[in-house]
Amino acid sequence: MTEQLYPGAALREHFRGSTRAVRARLGQALALGIPEERRASWSPVKRRAFTAARIGALALVVLTPLSGFDISAFGAYLIFVAMYVPEWKALGRFGKYVIPLAFLAIVAGYPEYGFNTDGTGKLFTIPVLGAFPNVHTAVVMLIFVMMAVGLNVVVGYAGLLDLGYVAFYAIGAYTAAVLASTQFAGQNAQGNPARFFNFGGVDIDKSLGGIHISVWLLLIVAGLFTSLLGMLIGLPTLRLRGDYLAIVTLGFGEILPQIARNGDNFFNTGLNVTNGPQGVTSMDGIGFGSWIHQHISFLPDNYLSASNSDELYFWTAICLVLITIFCSLRLRSSKLGRAWIAIREDETAAAAMGVPLMRTKTLAYAIGAFFGGVAGAYFAEVNTGAQPDAFMFQFSVAVLVMVILGGVGNVWGVIVGAAFLAYLDQQGLADTGAWLSQHLNVTIDVPKYEFGIFGLFLLVVMLFRPHGLIPEARHKLEFEEGVADEPLYDVTA
Amino acid sequence: MVTDARTGEQLAVRRLTGINPVPILGLVIVGLLVVWLAINLEKTPTDFLQAFLIGITRGSLYALIALGYTLVYGILELINFAHGDVFMLGGMIAMTLIGTDLFGLHAGDSALHIWPAVLAVLAITIVGCGIINVTVERIAYRPLRGAPRLVPLITAIAASFILQNIGIATKGSDYVTLNSGTGRSGAVDFLPQGNIFTFGNSGYYSWPDFIVLLITAPVLFLLLWLVQRTKQGKAMRATAQDREAAAMMGINVNRTISFTFLIAGGLAGAAGVVYAMYFTSVRFDQGFQLGLFAFTAAVLGGIGNLPGAVLGGLVIGLIEAFNNTLSWHSPGGDWKQSIVFAILIMILVFRPEGLLGERTPEGA
Repeated sequence: MTEQLYPGAALREHFRGSTRAVRARLGQALALGIPEERRASWSPVKRRAFTAARIGALALVVLTPLSGFDISAFGAYLIFVAMYVPEWKALGRFGKYVIPLAFLAIVAGYPEYGFNTDGTGKLFTIPVLGAFPNVHTAVVMLIFVMMAVGLNVVVGYAGLLDLGYVAFYAIGAYTAAVLASTQFAGQNAQGNPARFFNFGGVDIDKSLGGIHISVWLLLIVAGLFTSLLGMLIGLPTLRLRGDYLAIVTLGFGEILPQIARNGDNFFNTGLNVTNGPQGVTSMDGIGFGSWIHQHISFLPDNYLSASNSDELYFWTAICLVLITIFCSLRLRSSKLGRAWIAIREDETAAAAMGVPLMRTKTLAYAIGAFFGGVAGAYFAEVNTGAQPDAFMFQFSVAVLVMVILGGVGNVWGVIVGAAFLAYLDQQGLADTGAWLSQHLNVTIDVPKYEFGIFGLFLLVVMLFRPHGLIPEARHKLEFEEGVADEPLYDVTA
Repeated sequence: MVTDARTGEQLAVRRLTGINPVPILGLVIVGLLVVWLAINLEKTPTDFLQAFLIGITRGSLYALIALGYTLVYGILELINFAHGDVFMLGGMIAMTLIGTDLFGLHAGDSALHIWPAVLAVLAITIVGCGIINVTVERIAYRPLRGAPRLVPLITAIAASFILQNIGIATKGSDYVTLNSGTGRSGAVDFLPQGNIFTFGNSGYYSWPDFIVLLITAPVLFLLLWLVQRTKQGKAMRATAQDREAAAMMGINVNRTISFTFLIAGGLAGAAGVVYAMYFTSVRFDQGFQLGLFAFTAAVLGGIGNLPGAVLGGLVIGLIEAFNNTLSWHSPGGDWKQSIVFAILIMILVFRPEGLLGERTPEGA
């Protein structure tokens, strides 16, 4: 098809044409004058080694004047070379696990090697963006990764635009917070807590009252409850067309936080579920309890009272993210996953091929909601509570930008997008502001414009690279060849 | 895109009883609403009438914004999320203009000075917002004409956020207020302040309330005339019906779409001026919220249908006012958003074509 099917393609072609000559010259210079034909005859390992050397030389020339030579940056480069250059995949039966495991080790070990004993960062600073994330930021990044991978099931796999993902997150957070805090303690005649229920909670003082269920259990309970509500929301609305569905999900995303905000006195009945604008505070810690801790000493009694609580939260978040990624990837290649893709590409054709539309869409919704709920519950645990102000429409859009920026449908892209944007949200933008005022002498409160910046990301990505930074091959094809977006007939009639 | 509109359960119920449960459920909900209103009218007639008048005032404002949504949806089938933010920028432009000494709007000036100045503010804001809206269309929607329909929806959200941040950058992230906002019902003080009529113990209908109608009503009629009687309006309707056929008939489709955005932006600007004069405070994120209310109004009336948008705006305004004012079993202002969005969801589920719309293949 010669017709311009995805936006900005013509502009990009034009841009490419005018810069091609410059790029060719530049490439030739960076290749030390070795012509491309000769490089093509090299072995793949040699080619990659050459590329790695070029990247290293470039980094040395560009970055050293900017931020000085740093031994940790050099170490990071060596690790990159070690992972990138050799033919790891060819290494027998387990070769294909080498790179993912090495990557996992790098991520999981981050709190150990990244920081001095006083908590300051040990690693090099990134130009403009500043220091590497601290451990708490890293935990938040991982939670966002989990949420984005969950939303990716709905938006990326099934192609249903969900603008109210924050609702699921809020349900999860409140479910966990309410069932593991003093929220339902009540009061007896003496003014002491009247109710007390403990099921696996750690370090609970009986005099506090309230419901205390093991937070481990609550992660699952919150997920299941959220997906149940997701299905209830989905059943009447999923039959709507794409943009109407988007607006309905947006509506739910606005209603649920309002329920949370007004939930301290439902319709003047005095029923206090969510504790209103203050939110539920002082949620119980997560932990393994003293009995397990005595026998297996590295499993902590209670994260909150542990000296390295941030690290514990970090490693637990990694486990949750790994489970999420595993489920997401397996679902993608299951029968259900293929049904989602079919619906995304052409709903009418999918229905004609016998894909049950309602059930498949509802399941996408329920599974996306499940991950959102677990992420919300874990976020509540990390923040030791749930506050209604955290659940804004902006939040839903932020998660959506993560999915779209990274590459709709591609789990790895979504992970990169989520980690990057969550880092910007927590640390990067503030550091950028500091950098700007230090080096360019302009004072801009960059975090104030966070959502304007996210909006720009969204606009630029949609205009010039609608399939995202790391696109899913199949989804990219859909953009380039077009899909039958409109039904030919109204099948309802 | 409906292929499986009714769930298996519904079909089963219908097969057993010969009744479709969905419209009946909808009717029950409407019936309960009517009963609630009737009981409130019987208990507190003054409050009821007061709420009715407030509702008409607010509703006409919603109607102005809703028309912008409906115009754009009619022609592009796009929910223009940025529309509410254009309205917000309109409010900010109007407040800046009123606040400067250029027009010298002060309490106690003669009507001969105030009304030309208000009209000038109105004209400048309408043009300004029209240009903003056309720019948004040019940058965020036009390059995406051939793309899947969810893509421009996403850029609309992006545009909305960018416009909000323009508001922050120019006016800060707090409420922008007019110093002169000390008049009746919080309106600006240079408008006439007296009551037009009073009723009951404390009920009143003041001039600022009436002036809202006085500005919105002519704008609405002007728009209806434009769309239904002029050549440009004919081109708009033709483009809305079938873009390709319209192009074959010699209509410049892109220019017609730009014109539609200009008109829609102008309506948002007019609403912004009215809002600025009536409420005298606006914040960067208010446009989005009010825009969603107005969108609900547009859907309620039947999206793409101009009289429908006006009707929907009035209904939403009335429901909001009744909910805030009435005392017998009213959820109260804390639940405002929830109620409006619940209406939106119920309309989409029970009657996607809206009150005045026709059932079309895309409608459901």
